Amino acid sequence: MDMQATKKKLNLKEKYRAMTRDLDWNPSYQKLEDIYPYASYEGVKIHDWEKWEDPFRLTMDAYWKYQAEKERKLYAIIDAYAQNNGHLNVTDARYLNAIKILLTGVTPLEYMAHRGFAHAGRQFPGAGPRVACLMQSLDEIRHAQTQIHSLSNYNKFYNGFHEFTHMFERVWFLSVSRSFFDDAVSAGPFEFIVSIGFSFEYVLTNLLFVPFVSGAAYNGDMGTMTFGFSAQSDEARHMTLGLEAIKFILEQDPANVPIVQRWIDKWTWRGYRVLTLVAMMMDYMLPKRIMSWKEAWEVYFEENGGALFKDLARYGIRPPKWLDQIAQDKDHISHQAWCTFYNYALAANFHTWIPSEEEMDWLARKYPNSFDKYYRPRLEYWREQAAQGNRFYNKTLPMLCQTCQIPMLFTEPGDPTKICYREADYKGEKYHFCSDGCKEIFENEPEKYIQAWLPVHQVYQGNCFPEGTDPTAEGFDPLAAVLRYYHLESGRDNLDFEGSEDQRNFAAWRGQATTNA
Amino acid sequence: MSVAAIKKYEFAPADSVDKFHGAQLLYVGWEDHLMFCAPFAFPLPPNMPFAALLEQVLPPVYGYHPDFARVDWAKAEWFKSGKPWRPDASKSLAENGLRHKDVIRFRTPGLTGIAGSCS
Repeated sequence: MDMQATKKKLNLKEKYRAMTRDLDWNPSYQKLEDIYPYASYEGVKIHDWEKWEDPFRLTMDAYWKYQAEKERKLYAIIDAYAQNNGHLNVTDARYLNAIKILLTGVTPLEYMAHRGFAHAGRQFPGAGPRVACLMQSLDEIRHAQTQIHSLSNYNKFYNGFHEFTHMFERVWFLSVSRSFFDDAVSAGPFEFIVSIGFSFEYVLTNLLFVPFVSGAAYNGDMGTMTFGFSAQSDEARHMTLGLEAIKFILEQDPANVPIVQRWIDKWTWRGYRVLTLVAMMMDYMLPKRIMSWKEAWEVYFEENGGALFKDLARYGIRPPKWLDQIAQDKDHISHQAWCTFYNYALAANFHTWIPSEEEMDWLARKYPNSFDKYYRPRLEYWREQAAQGNRFYNKTLPMLCQTCQIPMLFTEPGDPTKICYREADYKGEKYHFCSDGCKEIFENEPEKYIQAWLPVHQVYQGNCFPEGTDPTAEGFDPLAAVLRYYHLESGRDNLDFEGSEDQRNFAAWRGQATTNA
Repeated sequence: MSVAAIKKYEFAPADSVDKFHGAQLLYVGWEDHLMFCAPFAFPLPPNMPFAALLEQVLPPVYGYHPDFARVDWAKAEWFKSGKPWRPDASKSLAENGLRHKDVIRFRTPGLTGIAGSCS
């Protein structure tokens, strides 16, 4: 008779060990530096990869089970939302324009994060961080997918959601988020994990996924809310992992501290600049407001971030540079950004508008130091002109910052009436910046940023017209050609919300859903 | 400082003047008029007279603003890279010392935008 062997089940700790560290081995016929060629060139010194502590001890089988469950729920809600014409329950069709920015400007970053973590996960010599990067890489591609699936429903009904990957690589304002991530993924694995795993997760996604997604919920957008909350449980894990990565690097060698400090300075500023879009979305694009950008910044960055940097002080890390400027700017950036998109509504894939009187009053209450003094007169003038059929469309291309690629719309620290100009010379060429932060980032790595694909300069070089366009032909309309290159249909995807097809359709469909007309 | 890289890291700048088909870039900002959200970028021939910038290039760009009709160019204060600067309208951009990607600003004393808000 055969003896039945008792199958000994691994306990959790053993299982974690077996499925992470035990997957590693010491190579015998290849050199370590050949297997991990990117592990040392950034100057970060790691003496003992075993010291990496995964705070979650998550194994792949557990990850799979947990995420599959979450996704089943998510897709059930998305299906129900789509089948019940949930899009007609959003507060107001203006809201959808914020979601167009989300799909075109943020979703592709999730995909880039997936690629970046896959790369970092391949390049770290330690098994612990490799597994952590693998899981985050999977999270990020899931987030890209769930966002696309959630938002694709809107593409059936509204303009500007189409061909978001095409637009991401071409449309002028999307170069801001694209160049941000290109900067990160073209860095080494250590800078990547500090930039995205730490600064990006703490600075950017936290503000996007908590207050903005709550805004989606307040505005009846179940689709965005559901993927946002679904992703948030992963984001919380990413933040913890990002912090673990920072602490691990700092503890390994004191020589790592100044390197990491420079990355924290750089990536906090880079992330903060990209957040300008979110600031504008919160203050101007949510018909039902939840909290102002300024309030969100105070809670999620100043308070949470402040506590974090206190925690890191014992490693010799100080808070990021330029926080004093950031503190002054919180009264201004959302207004400055909205005015910019109001200027350039001809060339965007979403609509802009003048806030209602009641919304302006809300902005005045939330921004007592800035709104009535600097921004209300501008908006009221535009409103008055639009009423006379003279809506302002700025047709001349703006000067851009070489580093963040945002038009030079930011003002001098301490003087919101003066544009902030900074410049530098490098190898006989002149470069311009919106801020001390962007200038210093450039000067630390000029070879990188001189390659920037600045949309305005690319248009003027003739690189942003559809193939076969002849810019010397009589009657050539450069703006029309650029819009064709973007795959935007003028009069449909762009211009003011007032009079747009989105506005008409939403009103008609909601009318059908709620009245007998 | 320079980029940390695994091998030689050297690339040509993306916006050198040779890529602009005979034009050079000039950035222009109008102080105290932030209704125009940012300074403008113009590709202009270096031999263009400065007067043409004032008479032909800028009017359609800034004309929407009610202050623009009241601009007196004789009184305008000019800055190049932030420092006071005096252009000669009869000379070309190049003769005025303007090179590729230079930035100039003008201030129009007495004109401070919509309701004095610098808009």
